[in-house]
Amino acid sequence: MTTNEEMPMVSIKDVHKSFGDLEVLKGVSMDINRGEVICIIGPSGSGKSTLIRCINALNDIQQGSILVEGQEVNDPNLDKLELRKKVGMVFQQYNLFPHKTALENIMMAPIRVLKQDKKEVEETARALIKKVRLEGKEDNYPGELSGGQQQRVAIARSLAMKPDVILFDEVTAALDPETVNEVLLTIKELAEEGMTCILVTHEMAFAREVADHIYFTDRGVIVEHGPPTTFFDEAKDPRTKEFLSQIL
Amino acid sequence: MKRSDYQTEYKTDLPVMVTPLPKTGGSFRFTLKPWHGFVILMACLVSSGIAYAVTDKENASIFEVLVRWMPLLLKGFIFNLVISTCAMAIGTAVGAALGLGQISLHGWVRKASWLITQFFRNSPWLVLLFFAMFLLPFEITIGGLTIPLPDWVKAIIGLSLPVMANVSEIVRGAVLSLPSGQWEAAESLAYTRRQTLWLVILPQCVKRMLPPWMNLYAILTMATVLASIVGVSEVMTLTGQALSAEGGQTYWHRFTPLFYYCFSFTATRFHGGRYIWKRNILLSTKHCLRGP
Repeated sequence: MTTNEEMPMVSIKDVHKSFGDLEVLKGVSMDINRGEVICIIGPSGSGKSTLIRCINALNDIQQGSILVEGQEVNDPNLDKLELRKKVGMVFQQYNLFPHKTALENIMMAPIRVLKQDKKEVEETARALIKKVRLEGKEDNYPGELSGGQQQRVAIARSLAMKPDVILFDEVTAALDPETVNEVLLTIKELAEEGMTCILVTHEMAFAREVADHIYFTDRGVIVEHGPPTTFFDEAKDPRTKEFLSQIL
Repeated sequence: MKRSDYQTEYKTDLPVMVTPLPKTGGSFRFTLKPWHGFVILMACLVSSGIAYAVTDKENASIFEVLVRWMPLLLKGFIFNLVISTCAMAIGTAVGAALGLGQISLHGWVRKASWLITQFFRNSPWLVLLFFAMFLLPFEITIGGLTIPLPDWVKAIIGLSLPVMANVSEIVRGAVLSLPSGQWEAAESLAYTRRQTLWLVILPQCVKRMLPPWMNLYAILTMATVLASIVGVSEVMTLTGQALSAEGGQTYWHRFTPLFYYCFSFTATRFHGGRYIWKRNILLSTKHCLRGP
């Protein structure tokens, strides 16, 4: 496997995905380079979440190709575990393990999956807790944390696996406006450190600020894409204009 | 406090989020307390006494008789407990495996587990007991080793069959009741399916399985008297012997259930789960129990 710096980190080509008779993705293509931050926006049901769930093989695709660091995801012999070690994911509903403390949530995967040394993992985990500004919450159970705090634990949990790219699936959609900011700040810091991020989001101001490239999807296709300034200020497609006029 | 005060406190006016008002005086709430057991005990003894009084036989006092037979009955009851505990242990172990089989990714494992579960769950317990009694040999020989299978061992096996099927359904139900996000989170962290089950899913299921599992245990303990029908010398058999020896007094059948009451009440009320996992797994239960 080559890790050519020139090659896109994630390369999506003509992806089709159906749930039964319902075709959710109708030929989507995009390239994401190392260190880039990509925001995918669009109305509900346009296939945004489905698309990023295809990248770490939580959903399979019927047609097309997804290359993650040169590894084909649409392959029946795909080693899903190897793929998922490289691709982190953060969910809308946090999905922390409620029977484990914040620290244990972060430490579990590196110890059990990557078989790393417990002491070292604990050190990393404590550093990550500090990074997401949750010192003192190490021994709290998810049920004892606020939504924003849980989401930051979830981000730390994903980071503990040292992924090459992280997928954020509407991670602030379940939060109130105040706590949204604490989570967005964490993601922004990650982006500034050079982490490759693919975000599905409804936070337009945030997308404008951090994204290198914005994709607008509607009914399973990419309607328009471009760097944030061009995208938000000089949208060409009428569908994009209509969507933006309702949101901005 | 008025309802509006609660609403401001929780910053919501969604109907589902409104905390119910605390019950004020006049409302009646029944909670089973240990002393209720003594009320039942007294009721049994008094009615036995009346039954004794209306008979004109020259018999020893009822209490003398009960005290005389007590050691034997107690021994019989301990035998019932042994049968129920062993049947529960075997049933839980095999049932858990069967339950996991029902959610297996291998089609034939899933179908076979489903079939076995359905067969034993939908057969009457007594039929299964007879099934074990008459279909199992009185001894089995493996290699040169002969293992005798006395009636009480067969009773354990017979009773563990329905327990197994019910535990299988409890396990399957608990696993399926967890939100799919837990599976997805574990998958996205590169857990194998086995790791996901053992590290993420099953630990959370323990909490969900405990109440139905305790119910099953209470029901099984009551069902151990079925063993008397197939000739195991448990408490009901011995009660029958005492009954005939002492001349047909009806109070015996009021006395024996007390053993069950005392045991089941204690077991279900003070089972470890209430205390051991309070902070960790049973946290949410605690919140449910706590009033506003």
